[in-house]
Amino acid sequence: MKIIFAWLSILSLTSITPTNPPGYQVGDVATDFSLKNVDGTKVSLSDYEEAQGFIIVFTCNTCPYSVAYEDRIIALDKKYASLGYPVIAINPNDPAAIDGDDLADMKLRADEKGFTFPYLQDKGQKIYPKYGATRTPHVFVLQKQDTEHIVRYIGAIDDSSRNPDAVSERYVEDAINALLKGNQPQTTNTKAIGCSIKRL
Amino acid sequence: MITAFLYLHIVKSLIYNIFCLSLISANSLDIPSLSYAQLKPMLHQTGDKVYVVNFWATWCAPCIKELPYFETVNRRDDVEVLLVSLDFPKHKTKRLLPFVEKHQLQSKVVHLDDANENFWINDIDTEWSGAIPATIIYTQKERKFYEQSFTLEQLNSEIESFL
Repeated sequence: MKIIFAWLSILSLTSITPTNPPGYQVGDVATDFSLKNVDGTKVSLSDYEEAQGFIIVFTCNTCPYSVAYEDRIIALDKKYASLGYPVIAINPNDPAAIDGDDLADMKLRADEKGFTFPYLQDKGQKIYPKYGATRTPHVFVLQKQDTEHIVRYIGAIDDSSRNPDAVSERYVEDAINALLKGNQPQTTNTKAIGCSIKRL
Repeated sequence: MITAFLYLHIVKSLIYNIFCLSLISANSLDIPSLSYAQLKPMLHQTGDKVYVVNFWATWCAPCIKELPYFETVNRRDDVEVLLVSLDFPKHKTKRLLPFVEKHQLQSKVVHLDDANENFWINDIDTEWSGAIPATIIYTQKERKFYEQSFTLEQLNSEIESFL
């Protein structure tokens, strides 16, 4: 009888625990990774000893919203890498699930656009689910504290994905400007239309 | 002089006819571009049907794959489908209209052209991350949001669960 009760309580526990954790919330510690860059090297957060944090952008070659943001992602890196917040772009798509997102395609696009930041492949799709990325582009601003990386902002780059000339709120810039001043970002979660992450 | 006048008249009527024809073909495809405020009532209809709202774009491969399933269920008398395109505004004439015409979509199609995404994504459903395809199925009594792709079988069985 006791065994049955124990069994039942385990069963009810497992039904409460979500099988797919929704990913990081603001304030969570983000995992480091070691992913292959378009130049063939492996890149990790721990490689950046001088960084105060990171702008992690889950993005890809094939999503028009990602393409619409490329110039703005380059501008973010140019502005904030020297201030301690470099961009690291990660392509979460399974190249077997969509044409145009394998490492060779990524290298081509990075060269064409002159990406100033690493463009990594989430091979095996192990990293994006941990972060909880659901679309491209999807940004996570991390702040380094000792050896940990704390999530400070999750969401969109700005409030006008379809028209860069109509931007009025620059969410990522506002978040990092606040962090650079020693404050917490006022807006910590935003949304934008994007493409689903491609899986088989 | 008379020939010149006649010639001019013919050219004028030709231009007029071409103009009318272009109007007719433009009118045959009525895809309004809506603000979110204009769209919102279409997401809350109060008839007796099962209403299916699908957010898609011509560039979204998984969306295009499931479009025929939405067209299929739209043929049912007890179901009404609304296809909300999230194509870029600059692509409406070049991509959206030709796509709808080529595929002869029978479901109602509207184009959502509203910049305030951070507001309306949450207003549509707080669970929605903003990725497409996304779908709402609702009746007067019940409402569900799906950030996923459907097979025809899945779509049919979801609709059945509302009946």
